[in-house]
Amino acid sequence: MKKLLLGDEAIALGAIHAGLSGVYAYPGTPSTEITEFIQADATARERGVHSRWCTNEKTAMEAALGMSYAGKRALVCMKHVGMNVCADAFVNSAITGVNGGLIVLAADDPSMHSSQNEQDSRFYGKFALVPVFEPSNQQEAYDMVSSAFDFSEALKVPVVLRIVTRLAHSRAAVEIGNQGAENKLNPSTDQWVLLPGIARKKYVDLLNKQPKFIEASENSRYNKVEKGGQKRLGIVACGIGYNYVKEAVGNDANILKISQYPLPEAKIKALAAENDEILVVEDGQPVVEEGLKALLGAGYPVKGRLTGDLPRTGELTPDCVAKALGKPCGAVYEPAKNLAGRPPQLCQGCGHRDVYAALNAVLAEYPDYRVFGDIGCYTLGALPPFKSLSSCVDMGASITMAKGAADAGLFPAVAIIGDSTFTHSGMTGLLDAVNDKSNITVVISDNLTTGMTGGQDSAGTNKFEAICLGLGVEPEHVRVVVPLPKNMPEITRILKEEIEYNGVSVIIPRRECIQTAARHAREAKKAKEANK
Amino acid sequence: MKKDIILCGVGGQGILSIATIIGEAATEAGINLKQAEVHGMSQRGGDVQSNLRLSTEPIYSDLISLGGADVVISMEPMESLRYLPYLAKNGTIVTSNKPFVNIPDYPDETALMAELSSMPSVVQLDIENVAKDAGNARGANMVLLGMAAPFIEILSVEQLRKAISVIFARKGEAVVEANLKAFDMGVEASKK
Repeated sequence: MKKLLLGDEAIALGAIHAGLSGVYAYPGTPSTEITEFIQADATARERGVHSRWCTNEKTAMEAALGMSYAGKRALVCMKHVGMNVCADAFVNSAITGVNGGLIVLAADDPSMHSSQNEQDSRFYGKFALVPVFEPSNQQEAYDMVSSAFDFSEALKVPVVLRIVTRLAHSRAAVEIGNQGAENKLNPSTDQWVLLPGIARKKYVDLLNKQPKFIEASENSRYNKVEKGGQKRLGIVACGIGYNYVKEAVGNDANILKISQYPLPEAKIKALAAENDEILVVEDGQPVVEEGLKALLGAGYPVKGRLTGDLPRTGELTPDCVAKALGKPCGAVYEPAKNLAGRPPQLCQGCGHRDVYAALNAVLAEYPDYRVFGDIGCYTLGALPPFKSLSSCVDMGASITMAKGAADAGLFPAVAIIGDSTFTHSGMTGLLDAVNDKSNITVVISDNLTTGMTGGQDSAGTNKFEAICLGLGVEPEHVRVVVPLPKNMPEITRILKEEIEYNGVSVIIPRRECIQTAARHAREAKKAKEANK
Repeated sequence: MKKDIILCGVGGQGILSIATIIGEAATEAGINLKQAEVHGMSQRGGDVQSNLRLSTEPIYSDLISLGGADVVISMEPMESLRYLPYLAKNGTIVTSNKPFVNIPDYPDETALMAELSSMPSVVQLDIENVAKDAGNARGANMVLLGMAAPFIEILSVEQLRKAISVIFARKGEAVVEANLKAFDMGVEASKK
C-alpha cells in the first residue's frame, strides 16, 4: 500500500510499524511533524505509545535512554541544535550502550530556513563513535527506521538518523509495510554505572565495535555503487545529494551513494582506484569530503565544498550540483525588477506586539538599555517596526546574557523569553541571577504555547509564578499583566517599577497565542456541534 | 511527461491547500509526485512557496531547477515575480492580480503590473472578487487552482474536481459545492 507522506511522517510511521514504544522530543523545525504524527496516529494512541512533548532535548534524550534500558524501542527527535542541548546524555549513551533499540533523530537545517546555524549532525555521530543513517528519500526514511532499530539492538549502540529540511518537509508516495510488535519489558542487566573504572572499559568496548560498524556500512543496502559514467569521475553522493546527482546526470555517472556511516572505506578506495578524481556531494558541512581526504591521502584529487566546486554554505540545490558536474542550466529569466523582500512578522493581534510596544515606550527613557532576546516567534521583535532586541543566541541565553551584562555594570539589562523557552533552558539561569541578586528585569512573554513551531503544548503552562517563586524571586517582584493595547498604561507603569528595582524581577505578560486561540475556538465549536 | 509547478503566496493565503488537492489527484491517478513545502518561521506573514513536481517517470530532486518550472501559480502578483528565474522560458504564470501589501517597501503597483503583463504567458485575475461572486469569499485559492487547471495538463480538470470533493468531504457537502463552484469559475476565466 502506498501513502503520500512528508519525510518526517515517513519516519514517524516507520517507527510505529517498527514497534516503537515511545517518542521523546522538544518541538523544533524541521523535526516537529514526526512527534505530531505519532501523537495523532490511531495505532500509537491505542497502544499507549509515549508521545507527550518533553521540556527540552536533554530530558527527551535521557527519558528515551531510560526506555531503552527497560528493553523497549525509543525514538528521540530534535532539530540539529537540539543535539547541543542533549549532547552530554547523547555522547555518554554511546558508552553505556543500549538495550531496546534507540534512534536519535537529528533534523539539520542547511540554509538556516528556521535556525541560527547550519551545524551538521553527522559530526556528532563521528564524535560519539556511533553509526549514522542518512536517507536519500521518503521511502528510505520509512525503511531505515526499522533497519536502524534492528542495528541498534544487534550492536547495542544508539544510532543517529540524520535528515535535512528538504527531506523532512517534502512529500512523496511511500510503500508501507506491516505493523510490528513492541518489545516486552526486559530491563538491562548490563553495567550502566559510568564510574571512571567502568567507563574506561566500556569505552574500549565501543572502540572494538567500530570495525563492525564499518563492515555494516560496506554491506549496507543503502550504500550502493552505480557504474556507467563516461568520464573518469567518481561521485560520492550522500543522503539527498544523490537525488541532485541523478537529476543532473541520470545513469551516465560512477556513483557511490552513501546513506550509512561510518564511511565504507573499501568501497571508497575502489571508487578512487577506478576513477581519476572524486566529487563529494553532501548536504551540510564537508564531513565526508574531509574523511575522503584523510582516507585517500593528499595526492588524490577530492572535490566538494572545501574546494569551491560546490558552495561552502547553504543547502544543495539541483542547480549547484548540476554546475559542479559540468551541466550548467540554460537561459533563464532575470530576477524581477519590481520585487521586495517579505520577511516573516508577528501576527496582527499577537500579545508579543503589545509587550514590545510597552518595552520600547519605557526603555526610550534609558539611553544605555539593552534587551537580550531568545528563541521563538518573539525573536521577530528584532525586526521593524519594533527593533527591540540586541541579541538572540540560543535557548535560554536571554536571561543569562542579561545577567552577565548586568554583572559588568550594564543598566537596564532586560531579558525577554517565551514561556516554552523559559522552561526549556531559562529556569537554571534565573536561579543563577537570584543567587547573585543580579540587577535584571526578565519578561516571560507567556502565550500558553510553543508558538513558532505551530502551537504545541508548553511544559510550564499555569506554573510560571510558582516556578519563579520557587527559584527565589521575591513575591512582590513577580508581576503578571495582560498584554492588550487597552492595558498599556498599567504595563508600562509596572515595567518601569521593576526596571527601577535593584534586583531580579520577573514580569509575565500572559495572553494566549491568537493562532492557538482560533484553533481552540474551532475545536470547541466542533465539539458543541457533535454534542447536538 | 512531467510538470514542475511552483506554488507561492504569502503565509496564510492557502497555498498548501492547493498543493494538497493536486497531490491527492496525482496519487489517485498513479502519477509520481514530490512536493517540497515551507514550514516554520516563514509562515508568519512572509513569502511562502511549495515546489510541486509531477511526472510519469521517477522523480529524484525535491526541488525544481532554475528555468525548470512549467507553471508558477501565485496567490499574489509580486510573489509570482519572485520566482521568475525558476520559470521555464515557455512557462506560464497564473496569478492573482491583487497586491497583498503588508510591507512598507512594496513596489510601485503600476510598474509591478506592467512587468507582470510583459511576460509572454500570463493569466491574471482578481481571484478574491471572483470567489465573492461565487458566494465563497474564502475560496480564492480554489479559483486560482481552476485558472491553473488547463496548464497542469498531466492531470485533467475532472481529476482535480474529484480531488477537491475528496479533500473537502469531511467538511460537508456545502463546502465541497462552494469550492467546486469557485474552481469552475476559475476554469472558465482561464479560457477567456
